[in-house]
Amino acid sequence: MEKRCTDSQVKGVSTGTTILAATFDGGVVIGSDSRASIGGEYVSSKTINKVIQVHDRIFSCMAGSLADAQAVTKAAKFHLSFHSVQMETPPLVIAAASVLKELCYKNKDELQAGFITAGWDRKKGPQVYVVSLGGMLISQPVTIGGSGSTYIYGYVDAKYKPNMSKEECLQFATNALALAMGRDNVSGGVAHLVVVTETGVEHVVVPGDKLPKFHNE
Amino acid sequence: SASYDLSASTFSPDGRVFQVEYAMKAVENSSTAIAIRCKDGVVFGVEKLVLSKLYEQGSNKRIFNIDRHVGMAVAGLLADARSLSEVAREEASSFRSNYGHDIPLKHLSDRVAMYVHAYTLYSAVRPFGCSFILGSYDKDDGPQLYMVDPSGISHVSTHTHARTHMKEMTCREIVKEVAKIIYIVHDEVKDKAFELELSWVGEVTNGRHELVPKDVREEAEKYAKVNTHTHTHTHTHKHKQLTSDSSFETRQHYCFLNLNVFMYFCFFLLGHIRWGNV
Repeated sequence: MEKRCTDSQVKGVSTGTTILAATFDGGVVIGSDSRASIGGEYVSSKTINKVIQVHDRIFSCMAGSLADAQAVTKAAKFHLSFHSVQMETPPLVIAAASVLKELCYKNKDELQAGFITAGWDRKKGPQVYVVSLGGMLISQPVTIGGSGSTYIYGYVDAKYKPNMSKEECLQFATNALALAMGRDNVSGGVAHLVVVTETGVEHVVVPGDKLPKFHNE
Repeated sequence: SASYDLSASTFSPDGRVFQVEYAMKAVENSSTAIAIRCKDGVVFGVEKLVLSKLYEQGSNKRIFNIDRHVGMAVAGLLADARSLSEVAREEASSFRSNYGHDIPLKHLSDRVAMYVHAYTLYSAVRPFGCSFILGSYDKDDGPQLYMVDPSGISHVSTHTHARTHMKEMTCREIVKEVAKIIYIVHDEVKDKAFELELSWVGEVTNGRHELVPKDVREEAEKYAKVNTHTHTHTHTHKHKQLTSDSSFETRQHYCFLNLNVFMYFCFFLLGHIRWGNV
């Protein structure tokens, strides 16, 4: 039975979401909003975490059906942990992205989940990968996803520069999330940001009222 | 070894599995294969005995390509080695499909060693009668060399006892040394014709495993022939097994597949007995 429904027809908890990831000089910033809604009518959670740590230096943001995304992320997290013990070395970011891609592609008829996987590894440094709904995997320096992303394509295209500093990149990501959450009714809550570098992982949470304000707010 | 050597599932009273040792004899009696890990890559050389003048030149290759970045040179029963090369290829291919990048050599060597080891556990099958050397080059991890023998042990090649001058040589220089070694160990009296198979993987090939180009091979053979004649023949090189420049550190690897493979074999045998042509 084919189930090719659009976002608004998906039953159960789904995201309206804004997720993004961007590389800077020496690391990546990954961010998301924190709203989960049912059918786009009712906010079922104001503080859901859509950025999941799949390994020490690799994070994944969920988009699409939250249930599907959570199930896939849990499976991928287990698979990666086993893989890294077998390899006796932390997994590469592309390995994490490929594990998610295989799950999404092989089960594309049943699933409705997409991911942004980003992190740092010792071979290629900071990287961002997108796994789309059907299981396409590509690498990009910066990427945005979810329903809220449509409102910030212009901002990202204009304002992103490769090899920014950590502070510049963090400000860029916060601004992008704030703009998207300001216009998309199914994105909102707090902005979750994670900064991953060779030395470690830093979580930044910006509550809704502390987000940058733009004119007309 | 009164009757303790009839199957691989039997230990002898002094704790040996004779079938595995007999398999290693197949390797010892084969002609030489050698691999040397140098500064910027790995060079393989095989003394391929030509059993008949009717064979085309270059047939029955003993050096295989496993994925783009790994080379495999074998000694022992060639048919067993061929089937193991397919196993190695499938491992490398499924790794790439699942994880999106080249399989690390250590992992590939461990996986194939586990497979070889599985065949030393049951009386329904015989162990593989071949050893092989796996080598690759990666610009981050450098050149690496592993060897797997019929007992299913994966040996890694370390630098600790390496002869310093070889460690510092480049692939182009080592190719000539490999050719020279093969010509030295070849016994003109016992075995007549042989072909020298040479291949390399390193910075010179951008990390891809390839047969050495014709001009480099001819230069190496010329160097080898000249140096073999000046080399004294008191060289008692009885070691016909696989050799490498550096010493080996032996690590035993145990097989996860035990229970699954055992169950698979039970079903396989039962199926054949019930419905097949046994």
